Amino acid sequence: MASAAKKLLMDPFSDNNPITVQVLGICSALAVTVKVDTAIVMTLALTSVLTLSNLIISVLRNVIPSGIRMIVEMAVIASLVIIADQLLRAYLFDISKQLSVFVGLIITNCIVMGRAEAFALQNPPKDSLLDGLGNGLGYGIILIAVASIREFFGFGSWLGFKALPENYMGNGLVLLAPGAFIILGLLIWGQRTISKYVED
Amino acid sequence: MEYLNLAIKAIFVENILLAFFLGMCSFLACSKKVDTAIGLGFAVIFVLTITVPANWAIHHFLLAKGALAWIPGVDLSGLDLSFLNFICFIATIASMVQLVEMILDKFFPKLYHALGIFLPLITVNCAILGGSLFMVEREYTALESVVYGFSSGVGWLLAIAAMAAIRKKLRYSHLPDGLKGLGITMIMTGLMAMAFMCFSGINL
Repeated sequence: MASAAKKLLMDPFSDNNPITVQVLGICSALAVTVKVDTAIVMTLALTSVLTLSNLIISVLRNVIPSGIRMIVEMAVIASLVIIADQLLRAYLFDISKQLSVFVGLIITNCIVMGRAEAFALQNPPKDSLLDGLGNGLGYGIILIAVASIREFFGFGSWLGFKALPENYMGNGLVLLAPGAFIILGLLIWGQRTISKYVED
Repeated sequence: MEYLNLAIKAIFVENILLAFFLGMCSFLACSKKVDTAIGLGFAVIFVLTITVPANWAIHHFLLAKGALAWIPGVDLSGLDLSFLNFICFIATIASMVQLVEMILDKFFPKLYHALGIFLPLITVNCAILGGSLFMVEREYTALESVVYGFSSGVGWLLAIAAMAAIRKKLRYSHLPDGLKGLGITMIMTGLMAMAFMCFSGINL
């Protein structure tokens, strides 16, 4: 793979991670991470919406009048989210019930809008596709990391398999909202220490 | 009384930000100064109070299963358009924000200038769309949706105003480099969420 393309794809994993560095899409990162399976499904849904929306907007970038570009972007993203939501309801009904409103909230997820504005509007389709894929997966890594910690300590299991002995009581705090905030805060600390990113 | 109960629940017990994580992006971006935080908070209350009932009307009279049965002449009672919810809600929100912006500009220019850039930004605040989606999921009535919209907005204002005040103090504390900014803000939000959990169980 050419080095430029590789950089586009790999950068969002650490140095330019959408959640920990760009601070985009925090809402869903916290809400869907009680269990690993919901986090994986959410990652897949977001990555496919983000990749396709980046591609479509990038193909259309020369014909979209700049005055109404927000509305066009919204229409593209909302249509893709409707398709994703209908597919989840059809094939993964239980998980779609657990995700509740958060699939719909991909529309207002700042990652999708942010990448469309910041990248897809200026770059050719192939690069935008890679950028979408990279950012979606970079988001997924953090999501799955948070979900693994919460499921492991909260239920003593990972992806539904028992990881701790039967008599483990389960820590209720990590399953509740405060646990999610604090775990993400600590993860951000760790990630930024490794990538030496300092916010002033 | 039940409306008061719903309001207390939406403000404290199930705070839209601290319990459901909605509106985190603008919460993190705009909580550096108390003034802007409060301005944005009021704009959110305003828009939520208008859009949740507006989307309630759209859902119940146009999109829900059998909602079009009031049209005479054709039998549409089996029609279910609720898959169009997302796109209609976001369109309503975008146009409502635009409308509110124009009305404020015309009649209350002072308030309009005070809110400035925050008003258009509200369109992409997930708290607004989330409010409408929860309204559908929890099957609120028309009046309940007004109360719910308003009090979720108040809850959001409360959270962001408190956070802005805390962050002002945080600026003078010594933190490890990696924890500065986002990291410590998330942990503080966690502690705030923990404090808000003490309200759970309040029932009037």
